[in-house]
This record gives sequence, structure tokens and C-alpha cells, in this order.
Amino acid sequence: MNRQRILRVFATIVFIALLAAPVAMRYAEDAAGDADIGGVAPDALVRYGFVLEDVAEAAGVDFVHKAPVLDSKLEPIMPVVAAYGAAVSIVDVDRDGWNDLYVTTSAAGAQNALYRNVGDGTFEDVAPALGIADLNREADGASMGAVWGDYDNDGYEDLFLYRWGRPELLHNDGGTGFTRASAGLDLPDWINANTAVWFDYDADGWLDLFVGCFYRADVNLWDLPDTKVMPESFEYARNGGRNYLLRNRGDGTFEEVGLAMGIASDRWTLAAAAADVDRDGDTDLFVANDYGVNELYLNDGGQGFREVGRDANLARTPKSGMNAAFGDVMNEGAWQLYVTNISEPGVLIHGNDLWVPQHDRGEQPDYWNMAGAMGVEIAGFAFGAQFADVNNDGWLDLYVTNGYVTGQQPDSYWYDYSMVAGGHEDIIGDAANWPAMEGRSLSGNQADLLWLNDGTGRFRDVARSVGVAARYDGRSVAVADFWNRGVVDLVVASQGAPLRVYRNRVADDRHWIGFDLRGVHSNRSAIGAEVHLFWANLEHVRQVEGGNGFAAQNQRRVHFGLGTETAVDSAIVRWPSGTTQRIVAPAVDALHAVKEPE
Amino acid sequence: MKFGKVRGLTGPLLITIILLGAHWSFGVLNSYQAITLAVLCTTTTELSLRRLLTGQAPQFASAYVSGISISILVRSPMLWPYALGAVISIMSKYVLRYDGRHLWNPTNFGICALLFLAPFAVAPLSVQWGNNLWPMLVIWALGLVTIWQAKRAHITIAYVTSFFVFAFVRSVVSGTVYAAEVAPITGPMYQLFALFMITDPKTTVSSPRGAVGVACLVAFVEMWLRFAEIIYAPFYALFLVGPPALLIEMWWKRRAAPERAAMDGTGVRATPDSSPA
Repeated sequence: MNRQRILRVFATIVFIALLAAPVAMRYAEDAAGDADIGGVAPDALVRYGFVLEDVAEAAGVDFVHKAPVLDSKLEPIMPVVAAYGAAVSIVDVDRDGWNDLYVTTSAAGAQNALYRNVGDGTFEDVAPALGIADLNREADGASMGAVWGDYDNDGYEDLFLYRWGRPELLHNDGGTGFTRASAGLDLPDWINANTAVWFDYDADGWLDLFVGCFYRADVNLWDLPDTKVMPESFEYARNGGRNYLLRNRGDGTFEEVGLAMGIASDRWTLAAAAADVDRDGDTDLFVANDYGVNELYLNDGGQGFREVGRDANLARTPKSGMNAAFGDVMNEGAWQLYVTNISEPGVLIHGNDLWVPQHDRGEQPDYWNMAGAMGVEIAGFAFGAQFADVNNDGWLDLYVTNGYVTGQQPDSYWYDYSMVAGGHEDIIGDAANWPAMEGRSLSGNQADLLWLNDGTGRFRDVARSVGVAARYDGRSVAVADFWNRGVVDLVVASQGAPLRVYRNRVADDRHWIGFDLRGVHSNRSAIGAEVHLFWANLEHVRQVEGGNGFAAQNQRRVHFGLGTETAVDSAIVRWPSGTTQRIVAPAVDALHAVKEPE
Repeated sequence: MKFGKVRGLTGPLLITIILLGAHWSFGVLNSYQAITLAVLCTTTTELSLRRLLTGQAPQFASAYVSGISISILVRSPMLWPYALGAVISIMSKYVLRYDGRHLWNPTNFGICALLFLAPFAVAPLSVQWGNNLWPMLVIWALGLVTIWQAKRAHITIAYVTSFFVFAFVRSVVSGTVYAAEVAPITGPMYQLFALFMITDPKTTVSSPRGAVGVACLVAFVEMWLRFAEIIYAPFYALFLVGPPALLIEMWWKRRAAPERAAMDGTGVRATPDSSPA
């Protein structure tokens, strides 16, 4: 055998090995993954430090989301258009010390619900009695989500309900009822909003409001003159709804300052979250957009915003942004950002993003996407995601809910969808050109993921082993300690499906610490306040959220798991007003009520 | 520099212009690392294998085009598919050979291999660049001028015409609106496919009539794959049709050569391709 022949044989062997490599890689990943054993793993509590149980029914939460029914012109593709509206937000509506939960539905005439936490393990729907249930009347549009914030600093959190329809601000009258306050909003009568975030961008002590929109404001999805309402491009669309920034005047009214402040994007916004990403003392804003790139707005001391997404390296590739959640997964005292996108094998692999900051305090933001390296990249048709230390080991874990449209039949609509998605704007932009769905699914029947952070920079999905098995079209995830036990429970709202309330049981040897903040010079809800906790030579940061994830809002309390540590060094609270407050060696296994210094 | 050499650089130049224009306008590249990796992998694989297996000088222009094509057509948030696709593409030229020539268009083989073997990590470019008509027209115009000069325009025209005809057939059979069936060809994936992939001189039959017939056959097979709702039908159609067409042509030429030699008395045999691109 001559040399060339030997080389050719060798090249052939290498070639075959390379072709086999992806298959072997997949096989190895599957073998290492979380096997579906048809229930909770018997040793889950020992192995993972926690187990979850869906107690919705037992707790009296019998909520089922109903999708909106839009203009009949959209009938052939109604499931993909009317695929939003299942949302959940956490509030202690009557300040009784127990977290309640508010959930939206979207069908005309269907009732939203406020499940008041009775404190004995059960909930009762008090929305009808408080006047915040009947909010899906035909003339008003369909609920898409809600965020809570005490906009008038009277001690009770108020409700901003965003719709495909009329935006609604409802003042909380001492936990006994609500009064409509929408006239002071300075928003168009009709918008198609899918996200809102309370934050105090100018640090004047009054909560401001960002509202992100999907369809244009002049589109009434129940009364369409024609079918040209779809995005003009799958990845470069600029014909979405305008976004708004409402400055709180402090007198119960708001002024729309989006254009003046540099936040008036016309992309297809689905999610947003606020955090001080450059650690310069003011709150910045991240906006996740479908059909295009995301946006990062840097706050210039409350005087304006600069969009720096591309320069910061996190808005170079257009994807399908559907979630925005900040968390400190590395325990470095800095914000990482998780954005969900579409991952459908063989069709579209956007992959989710975990943006890790490379910049120091006060520097221009610069991010690297570490989702692949850390194992949280490929989820599914991912919507809501939240960071939470579910096993109180001191490291933030990640829950991601998946699934877009589960049809009556198992056939996939992806072929038709991709055919149109690749077309010119005149084709993709007109719903009349979209093939009829006819009951088919589009990334339906997908399982949720619960990625456990092992503290070494790697995550591992353990969802099925710890009790998360449902396959609904998940949308919104929120985190709260519902039973005041020092653990975080989870709520998941799914499109056209029952609400899930996961009660968390954590191993006995795990400790925790919590902070319940009350602003004085800052907004009363303390939204935007950061708590930096120092222990075990690490700095952990959490903040009070005014809305994040996808159509969600977590509890206002700040929770830290501590593992087996029984003491912490100190906690520093950075209030939105700029005040810094140090608490030395706060007791563990306790919720600390902290009031901003006068 | 000889004109032939300049013409050999037209393909790399054109695809570079398209790449730069598309990235400048729409930021189409997933990352600079991906394109760098893909081009590095194609060129180094070409450099090593061509020297070792044929003893000939590497064809860097061809490898460069393959690398750029992989980086545009493959969409993955990971980096390894770009490297793997690039190496497999070039290796296919030297491993999958018959009678001294390679049978598959390298990029087509690489993309089909990735799609078939690694769908969990890879999807090809399937969305449009931007949302107006002009980028599409510019690419088509530039591309057609280039392949016209290279005397390959008949292949693209035959394929595009067939696509529109078969789209009508699909529309009638499936009841889908014609605009939806036509939609894919308005996107950049088809522009690259129709302008660069099916016109590759080394993997298409040499006679103009034969090439037109093969292009129509690719569109015909694609129609059936589309009936089966296979999303990336054009790549698979070329993968299935291209090599058999080449083999048939090779067989035909070999059969005809002795007869022709007997007739004109030259005894010259049809020359197999020894310079795969």
C-alpha cells in the first residue's frame, strides 16, 4: 500500500469519525441529562436539596387561562397570534405579610383573579370583591399582564394592567378596593402592550413606568381593516408598537417622556427588566424584542437614556427575545442577564442568552454570552424564565418555561411557518399569506426546565426529577415565598392551561436570609433597591423587582439561600435614592424588615 | 495577472461583497469568531489534504468561498458547528471521489451533514436580510452578472423558473396561497443556493442542456421534498440529484469517448477532473 493510499484511508476514517461526532455528542448529553422517570426521584431531596409539588388545586387555585379570540380575518392562524396573555405577578395587596398572586386571562368576558393568601396554605380569589376581576370586556381589550407598584407612596401597591387594548391604572385603596386612575397615564387610549416595568429612573422617589408594546397602537386586533398586521421581517422588523416611558409627576399623574428620553423603539417588544447594569447608581433598562435585536438603555443620571445594546455586544444578532431577567448567578455582586429565544431542532436554533458583564463599575457595558458554556442555552420555544435559589444552597438557579402552540393534532406547523418567515416583507407581513394552521402545533407539548446551578459555572436540568412534569404552553414564571418558610416557591402561568403553584420543600440543613424593604426617600415599594450580602468571601446581590421575566413580577422581598452557613458578615442596601445602609451580621433564617434611613 | 486568474477571484470577491454588505446593513453574521473559524478550517483542511492526497497546490479561493458560505448559511449559537461543517465540507472533496473527481458540492455536503446529524445544534439561514426589496435585487443583479460571465447563468435561470412553476403546482395541490409557496425564494438562503451552490462547475454536469435539465430536476425533487414538509428541501434535493447526474455524465462520456476516438482517429479520452473546487 503506497503512502498516498494510506493517507486516503486515514482521511476516510477521520471523515467518518467527524460525521459520527454530533451523534455521539448528543448521545452523551442525553445520557448525562435528567431522565424522565415518571415522577419525583426518590432521592431528589438528598441529591438536589429540594423537591417541588404542584399544590394549586389543594390550595384552592383553580385558575385556567383562556386565550383571546381575535378578528375572524386572522382565523387561519389564530393560535399563533392569540398566543399571549397568561401572566402572573406577586403582591401583598393588603399588607398582611403574606404574598398574594394576581393572574390574568384574556378571553372576552373572562375574569382575572387575585388569589389572596389566607396564610393557612390556601388562597381565595378576592378579585371580584376588590373590582379587579372583570377587566377583559370586549370594548377594553384583552389582559396581557400586570405589574404592581406603590406609585403614590401611600403604602399600598397599585396595579398597572397592560392589555392589547386600553391600559389601566388601578389605585389600591388600602387593600379594600381599587379606584380607576387611568386618566392620568398620558398613554394612547389603545396600545398593544406585552410588558411593563415599574422603576424610578430619575430617583425622585416616585415610581415611573416603562410600557413595551408588540403590535402598533393603531392596530385593533378585534377590528382589522385588512390582514397586514404581521411583522415585516422575522429578524429585522421595525413595524412593531412604540414603547413608552411614563414619568411620575408625584401628583397621581404621569407624563409620557419616551421620545424625549430616548426610549421610543418601534420593535416588537415582549419583555423588559431594569437594573443598574453599569453600577453607576441609576437604574438602566433592558428591552427584549421579538423579530429583531434587543436593546439596552443606559440611564444618564435620569436626564436621558442611550441605547448601547450593540456596543455592549448583546444586541448584535437578531433573535426572538421573549424574557428579561437579571440575576447574580456567579455571586460576584454584578448583574447577569438571561434572555430566552427560540430553539427548535433542525428549524431554528437561536439559543437563549446568558449575558455576563465584562465591565467594571462605571465602565461602558460589555457582555459575553456564556449560555453555552454554562449549559443554559438550548431550552425550547422558551418564554418566561426566572432566577431563584430553589434549594437555598447560595447559588441562583434558573427556571425556564417552554412551548408556543399545542394544537389538537401532533403535526407541526413549522414547515409552513418557516416558508413564510423566509419571505419578503409583503409576504410575511400579511396574515393572508400565512398557510392555515388547521389545528397543528408549533413547538407544542414542551417540557419546562429547571437548571440547577452547581456553583462551578455549570447548570444541570433537574426539572422532572424534582416534580416539574407538565407540558403546557408556558408563558409567565414568578417567584415568591408563599408560606413564609424561607424558601422560594414558583408559579407558572400557561396559555390556555391551568395555573401551576409549585410548593417548594428544601432540605432541612439549608439556611437563608430575607429582607423586606420599605423606602422613605426612595419609592415606598423600594423597587430598584439592591441588597448586597457578604458571606463566605463572596458578594451576592439581589434587588426588588418592578416587573421582569415574561409578563411577570416576583415578590418584593429579597431572598438569599445560604447553604449550610449559619452566619453572614454583613448586608449593604443601596436604595434608589442613593442612600447606602449597612447591616452588620444580620441573623440568618429570618426575614428582616428594613426601612430606609430618614 | 492573467484574465483567467482574475476571473477565478470573481466568486470570492462577490461573496465577500455580499457578506460585507449584508453584515454592514443587517448584521447577519452570528459572530466574527464563527466566520473566522469557518474560513480557517476550510483553508487549513484544503491546504493539508490537497497537498497530502493529490500533491497539488491548494485552491484557497474555493476553500475561502466554502468557509464564507458555511458561516453565512449555518445558524448556530455554538461555534463547533462552524468548524465541523467547514472541515466536513472540504474533506468530502477528497474522500468522496469517483474516477478522480468529487461528486458533491462541498458546502452542500457540509450543510446537509450538519442538518441531518446535528439538528439539535444547527439550523441553516432561513430568514430574510432586512425587509425591503433593494438588497434582494442588488444581490440577484450582481450574482447574475457574475455567473453570466462565468457562463453558468442558464443553470440559475432554469432553477428559478422551475421553482416558480413547481411552487404553482404545490399551491394547487396543497391549497396554500401561491405567495407563501414562492416566499422562500425571496430570501437570501435561496439567493446563495441558486447563485453559488447549484452553479458550482466542479459538481454540475458540463453540457449546458444537461445542466439545465439537472437544475430542473433539482427543483422537481425539491417539490416532492416540500410536499413531505422538509424545510430545507433545496439542500437535500441538490444532495440527492447532483452526484447521480455527474455519474451518469461520466459514464456517458466514457462510453462515447472510444466511439468518438474511432471516428476522428485522435484516440483522446475524456479527461477526469483533477482539480476539485
